[in-house]
Amino acid sequence: MRQLLTYIEPWEFSPTVFLVCAGALVLYLRGLKAQRAHGGRVGFWQPLSFFIGLTLDYAVLQTYCDYLAQHMFWVHRLQHLILHHFAPVLIVLAAPGAVLIEGVPQRWRTRWARLLEEHPSVRRMLGAGGRVFRIVQHPLVAPLLFVGLIFYWLTPTVHFAAMLDIRRYRLMNWGMGVDGLLFWWLMLAPRRAQGRAAIGYPIRILIVCLMALPQILLGAYIALHSTVLFDVYGICGRAWAISPLTDQELGGLLTWIPAAMMSGVAMLVVLRRLLQEEGERTPPRSALTAPIADPRLI
Amino acid sequence: MTSAPPALQPPPTCTLRRLLALTAIALALTACSPAQAPFALENVTGLLPQLKFSLTDQDNRPVSAHDYRGKVVLLYFGYTHCPDACPTTLAMLAQSLRNLGPAATKTRVLFVSVDPARDTPEVLKRYVGFFGPQFVGLRGAGDALTALTKRYRVAFHLEPPDRNGYYAVDHSSAVFVFDVNGRARLLGQETDGAAKFTQDLRRLTAG
Repeated sequence: MRQLLTYIEPWEFSPTVFLVCAGALVLYLRGLKAQRAHGGRVGFWQPLSFFIGLTLDYAVLQTYCDYLAQHMFWVHRLQHLILHHFAPVLIVLAAPGAVLIEGVPQRWRTRWARLLEEHPSVRRMLGAGGRVFRIVQHPLVAPLLFVGLIFYWLTPTVHFAAMLDIRRYRLMNWGMGVDGLLFWWLMLAPRRAQGRAAIGYPIRILIVCLMALPQILLGAYIALHSTVLFDVYGICGRAWAISPLTDQELGGLLTWIPAAMMSGVAMLVVLRRLLQEEGERTPPRSALTAPIADPRLI
Repeated sequence: MTSAPPALQPPPTCTLRRLLALTAIALALTACSPAQAPFALENVTGLLPQLKFSLTDQDNRPVSAHDYRGKVVLLYFGYTHCPDACPTTLAMLAQSLRNLGPAATKTRVLFVSVDPARDTPEVLKRYVGFFGPQFVGLRGAGDALTALTKRYRVAFHLEPPDRNGYYAVDHSSAVFVFDVNGRARLLGQETDGAAKFTQDLRRLTAG
């Protein structure tokens, strides 16, 4: 029992991570309840996808997994794979926005609406936030930021400092989690849900294909490197005995293969959205069954 | 035949001169701050927190970081049954302190046991005695030890025992160096060698 507890209790408790995860969970559950109450259709897969994504995020940040990630390069890579790729994709596919908003108590919502109405400074702040959001979500900036963050934190000197300094370590993990959500939302959410940030589906397919390439190259470089690139794990001690090069190889493979596979998955999702919306736009009668107006065209 | 219209060129000297002036100012500013030679060991100033712990020493007295203020502290995690890393690292540190000469009195090497079950105060006392008067053996039960290893982000774990009951403990190789105010400054390893330690310790003990 004691053993089990050491695996699930936070290695280094972070009130922010706890509050954000617990807050999201409570809002989502309240939202689901509200939707069910007014007869809304509550699916099965979307809530499941949301819960798994949220649980994964919490687990890699606030359980024994965090300790392992600090002392094993490959677990660190797995942690980032979950924070930056898997969990945000699951959360974005759950499209939890509407449910979360419904989960906010009505009193708060009216208070916020009043605040917005009465204080131009709040509106200005929100406007500035929106401008930053639009820059970060620019079709050129977003993929560069996504790939750039991976490269930045894997620069050996930067990585060394991040693994020693708890503040940098937290910044790194938060950055990965938040950027993952922003980026995959931009890539995977339906256009009509995105407002002004929307990018066309063909462009998205191009982006996810192109961004796989640098991740493959970086992962292969790390996995196939014949000397130890990240010595901090050796200096601070590994979680269990494993050869440093095996550790590096596994970490490189995790950066290389599953990360690139996510591009494939994303492509399929975008393709499906593209076909779905195309289907909605074209008249129900398909071109194949339509009478041919001009036989000469055949 | 088309003749190109006369190009309207702004006088280039203006911006160029401004740029040169700015460069000159920037250069002058950087020249003002004296360039300190980098340390031979890895500089970790600002990355790790202030020295802080509460453990007991080889005479079973409770000690804290406060007791070592005014000394340059070298912090190392190990255990006395260690077959290789610990004795070689401590011998290397002893060598670097001998090279340091009289300034060595301003240093302390804190050897924190990651195996307090076998490293009793008596065992620790005998062990650190081999290396010199600046060596202090520290031990602490579960939480006090974990608090310290967590603080400096190092890992250790006990290997399963063999038939004779002997077990090894995997641990870090880091030697953390703190200045006289308890601020984490450098990180070294056995592989850095005594010379680098002596060189940096000379600078830190000087002030």
